[in-house]
Amino acid sequence: MKYLPTLLAAAAALSASFFATAPQAADDPSPAVYAEALKGKRIVLVPMAMGFDLAQGWTAILQREVDAFGGILETRDPNWSVEAGAQAITEVISSETKPDVLIIMSFDLNSYSKLMKRAQAEGIYVVLIDNPANFKPDAYVGSDWTQLGRLEAEAVVKGCGPNSSKKIGLVQGDQVNATSLYQYAGIMDVLAKYPDFQVVAKPDSNWDATTSRNVTTTMLQQNPDICGIIDFWDGDATGAAAAIRDAGKQDQVFLVTTGGGEKAADCDRIADGTYGAVVMTDLAQETHNMVAIIKYLLQSGQAPGTSSPFIYTLLKATTKENLRPDSCWDLKALQADVAAK
Amino acid sequence: MQGGVPGNDMKSWLNWKEMNQERIVLLIAILIFIVASFTLPGFFTPDNIVAIVRSVSVLGILALGMAIVVIGRGIDLSAVAIMAMSVAWYLQLLNDGMADGAAFLLVISGVLAIGLLNGFLVAYAEVPAIFVTLASGSFVFGYVRSQLIAQDAVPVPLGHWMQLFGGVRYFDIPVEVFIFAALAFLIFLFLRYTKWGRYVYFAGDNPVSARNAGMPVRPMLVLRYVISALIAFIAGLLTAASLHSINTRVVNSTLLYDIVLVAVIGGIGLSGGKGGVRNVLFGAALIGIMLNAMTIIDIPLIYQSLIKSSILLAAIIIDGFLNPRDEQTAQQGDI
Repeated sequence: MKYLPTLLAAAAALSASFFATAPQAADDPSPAVYAEALKGKRIVLVPMAMGFDLAQGWTAILQREVDAFGGILETRDPNWSVEAGAQAITEVISSETKPDVLIIMSFDLNSYSKLMKRAQAEGIYVVLIDNPANFKPDAYVGSDWTQLGRLEAEAVVKGCGPNSSKKIGLVQGDQVNATSLYQYAGIMDVLAKYPDFQVVAKPDSNWDATTSRNVTTTMLQQNPDICGIIDFWDGDATGAAAAIRDAGKQDQVFLVTTGGGEKAADCDRIADGTYGAVVMTDLAQETHNMVAIIKYLLQSGQAPGTSSPFIYTLLKATTKENLRPDSCWDLKALQADVAAK
Repeated sequence: MQGGVPGNDMKSWLNWKEMNQERIVLLIAILIFIVASFTLPGFFTPDNIVAIVRSVSVLGILALGMAIVVIGRGIDLSAVAIMAMSVAWYLQLLNDGMADGAAFLLVISGVLAIGLLNGFLVAYAEVPAIFVTLASGSFVFGYVRSQLIAQDAVPVPLGHWMQLFGGVRYFDIPVEVFIFAALAFLIFLFLRYTKWGRYVYFAGDNPVSARNAGMPVRPMLVLRYVISALIAFIAGLLTAASLHSINTRVVNSTLLYDIVLVAVIGGIGLSGGKGGVRNVLFGAALIGIMLNAMTIIDIPLIYQSLIKSSILLAAIIIDGFLNPRDEQTAQQGDI
């Protein structure tokens, strides 16, 4: 203990010198630059609809972050209608208070392309999220859907196992949405490596659960020995799951799908055995990527359309084996969290 | 009235001159069924036939409700909104912890209220049905979606009776097939053997003379919209029971057009006064058989829509050739 006085003295000297320099640290010009670039900036989010887990998750996190830098976040709800979405974007672009950044989730490869170009011409940064499009945005933030398809295929091959019938069914979304087309390409890419695995049917659900149920019922009757099914979205995979349940084949058919990792939609269904595996996007990370890109763009001084990076979100196939309490995010908790602030 | 009278003698059924849309549709359905049975492996099996009937059960149930309204010279464009939103609200109440009985009572009162509102506006305020129900459908969707539920898709709570109900089978046949059959039979009895059921045809054929003859035309109109709303609620419950959730996105889908299509393609004229349960069954059979066969062949959805619409168009064109419209057959209000 004899060093104690010395230590105290040293600490005192240190803190004295620290506080002496403190006024200089407060002169860091960066926060002022940051605030000037971001404060009062208008961010408008136009997803395909506001009523589903991804959009609600994005909004909750964006709200928190945009509030923190003093910006304004607005959302538009096209409610699954391309026309309503196009109208919302047109209205936003030509409004008096133009946004500084438009975050758009496109319906398909082409519908919004012209509008988004117009937005950039008007000096608005366009961040494309989740659904790719034929257009060079200021950043694409979302999944690499081909890779997502590959992970689904790997999961179904593993779920079926080497001693199964090796017959797989696909329930695609449609033939225009990039997420559906690229997923299919990714799946086929992997299955080429497993020539003994065979796709026996590949109907479309048109993203509708009842249609998914009906086509899966037919698929299972035509090929009673199917060992695995990939449904292209957890929004309609409840239908494929119902068909499997109705056929009493829960133990035989390994159902793989993809989703935004919301607890009630994905993790609860993995836990109760409805889904064998779900390839999930890490929603929180994806949204924080959007935030980082927004902060970068607003400070970059570059003209909209200058660069077009792809910021892919980490994808992971979650199964019962690697399911953890924090594998999913809880929409209710997140919304309650934002509401409390 | 002509199409609504069952008991046509069977001899005239296949007479070329007597062909009408209903028979053309039935013949096309049978034709596709026979061809598919011979050419498609696994088509003509008990399981697949059950699957066909089941795939059109909910559609058929909704078309029954639509049929009652259309025969009475009306149309109910709020059916799909009522179906999805009533059940979504019910499930949301359950998920929020409300007692089952109370939630059910609340929701069914809401359904009755919308049916009554539709009926009242059409019958007493005399607003055209197409506008009333278009508006009330949008209102139901908008109000429930924005005020009463949290998300597009609402899951059935774990262990709720609907989960078990959706899995009920008799002789390996899903429960909704029996409910479709029972409702079809009940509505057949209503239209055929009850006084108010018969009045539906008179009111649909000529509302003014029906009223002059002393029929309670307006209260009957209200009743039809209430029945249609209740049937939509049943269809919604069955959908949720099978899928263990209800997705309100269905309101934006083409389901509403499919319902009108099933009723109209089967031969229920939009001008009212014609048709019956049989027409709905034929229309549903054609749609079910076509979709099933195309799924077995693995035809992509866009081509399925094209083939479906071509066949339906063909049926209408053949009908147009065989039964040309003129001053005698055309009615006021014909759409």
